[in-house]
Amino acid sequence: MKYLQFVWMNLFRKPLRTTLTFFSLFVAFILFVILGSVTVIFNSDIEMEGGENRLQVSAKYSIIDDLPGSYVQEIQALPDVELVTHATWFGAYYQDERNMIPLFPIEPDTYFAVMDELTISDEDYERMLSVRRGMLAPETMAEEYGWQVGDLIPIGAQIYPMNDGNMTWEFEFAGTYSAGQDFGAILVNYDYFDEARQFGRGAIGWLIVKVIDSDRLTDIATQIDKMYVNSSDPTRSAPEAEAFRQFMNQYGNIGLMMTGILSAVFFTILLLTGNTMSQSFRERIPELAVLKTLGFTDTRVSIFVLIEAVLLCLIPALVSVGIAIPLGSVVGVLLESMPFGFPFAIQASTLYSAIGIAALLGCLIGLIPAITAKRLSIVDALRP
Amino acid sequence: MSGERTNGSIVELNNVSKQYVRGKEVIKVLEGINLHVTNGEFVAFMGPSGSGKSTLLNLIAGIDSPSGGTIKVNDQNIQDMSGPELARFRSVNIGFVFQFYNLLPFLTARKNVELPLLLTNLSGAQRKKNAETALSTVSLEDRANHKPGELSGGQQQRVAIARAIVSDPQILVCDEPTGDLDRQNASEILELLDLLHRDFKKTVIMVTHDPLAAERAQRVLTLDKGQFEGE
Repeated sequence: MKYLQFVWMNLFRKPLRTTLTFFSLFVAFILFVILGSVTVIFNSDIEMEGGENRLQVSAKYSIIDDLPGSYVQEIQALPDVELVTHATWFGAYYQDERNMIPLFPIEPDTYFAVMDELTISDEDYERMLSVRRGMLAPETMAEEYGWQVGDLIPIGAQIYPMNDGNMTWEFEFAGTYSAGQDFGAILVNYDYFDEARQFGRGAIGWLIVKVIDSDRLTDIATQIDKMYVNSSDPTRSAPEAEAFRQFMNQYGNIGLMMTGILSAVFFTILLLTGNTMSQSFRERIPELAVLKTLGFTDTRVSIFVLIEAVLLCLIPALVSVGIAIPLGSVVGVLLESMPFGFPFAIQASTLYSAIGIAALLGCLIGLIPAITAKRLSIVDALRP
Repeated sequence: MSGERTNGSIVELNNVSKQYVRGKEVIKVLEGINLHVTNGEFVAFMGPSGSGKSTLLNLIAGIDSPSGGTIKVNDQNIQDMSGPELARFRSVNIGFVFQFYNLLPFLTARKNVELPLLLTNLSGAQRKKNAETALSTVSLEDRANHKPGELSGGQQQRVAIARAIVSDPQILVCDEPTGDLDRQNASEILELLDLLHRDFKKTVIMVTHDPLAAERAQRVLTLDKGQFEGE
């Protein structure tokens, strides 16, 4: 403890320099914890509420390619398949083209049966079935935009014009449904959409297949893909969580991007902190020699230097870990509320990694100064 | 003047030599040094620059090792000691006073004086008490919480002396302790060394260029070209 106090005082000998170094490391570790958690989420098995027994079947080469609507009946006919439904990517925005929102034309009867984690009141469900151009929205979205039952909602389309070429569709708000935390799309009747769109009739975006035995998900996915491997519209089938990750990865290899960004950040930090540490070390070579003169052993002096380097990295890492936990909740709320948001939470493994990396970084930048301190000759160091 | 004095020696050097190799050149700094310093004696080394005074002091203090000969300090042969053994030897036996004080700038005077006590098993409170006692010995108790930058040169040197005596070593090794001070401050520092020698019975070995400083010593040995004059 007496030595720690000494090292601590040494660490803050130049408070401004130490504070600036701490701050840069703090920002780096906050970035690491947030981006690292995103990477972990994308690289892990995403747990989606209610999706354990579902497959998603989409076009093999791109999720934005259509599939023939006939696939619904063909896949429904397979043994082990309980129920099939489908959805289509509409490419919608509300009020402003930058305000993109997910909107899926669906068949309500099969869709709500397959997506059994979604809950809807009988009244709203019946209204949706009876109003051809009806539209359902998640409760949070309806509340945000102040939509009331019966309101006509203009929705801009980026892909499908209406028969008359109009890119603005008008749907009648039929009610709300309660969605899982990772789902928040507007749902409209597929029959109306298919009839009213200018092109692509009969096509669907993707199928959602509910299977009887969830242990056979992979087998059935393989079976479906084999059925269409030689067709003009081959498929790619995957458990829903995997499909979700593939969907997110259409933006790019997120894990690789994050790793690249973090590597660049830490390489820069390594240079920056290493420079600070070596500058600080050079300034006090005579002081280290004085310590040795007073009777501190070579090893003890080198340990002081090493501990100081580790503390220089570890303290901001611990502070950033402490702040990242509440900050992560805020980021999570923001991400989940975005149109294509995803569930986010700070991952414990990322916190441990941050602390481990900080300790390793400290050892790396402290190693050479520590070895130099150990070998330091008192006579040479004190020579005027 | 010879370095010989055998009765009750606390420092004994026999045929000590020191040489450096620089490239292909061998530089002899000290050669055939024989020195005996009595316990409680005040000895001054004088001589021109490059005569080997500081090297001799470093050898006695155990911060440099000889190329030949034997060095016995406080009945311990130090020439064959390992690094950790030498460190332990220094912490127990030697108090070092430098020309440029060499205080740690980020520590207060009291914390600087406490430094050697970190190597002991004393409690924090005991270390503080001992440091304050040492500071009062050098009449700086009222400056205990000041950092070196807030002290004059003379005051800094007194803090350095307090640091040198705080763990009560028998030998004080002083390398030009007044070399960076004006006449007034130099005189005060020499008074202090005198006091430590006279009242606390410390053995003081001092390197100096200043004849006035050397006058304080009981014995002045002059080095020239690595040897005591007259040998």
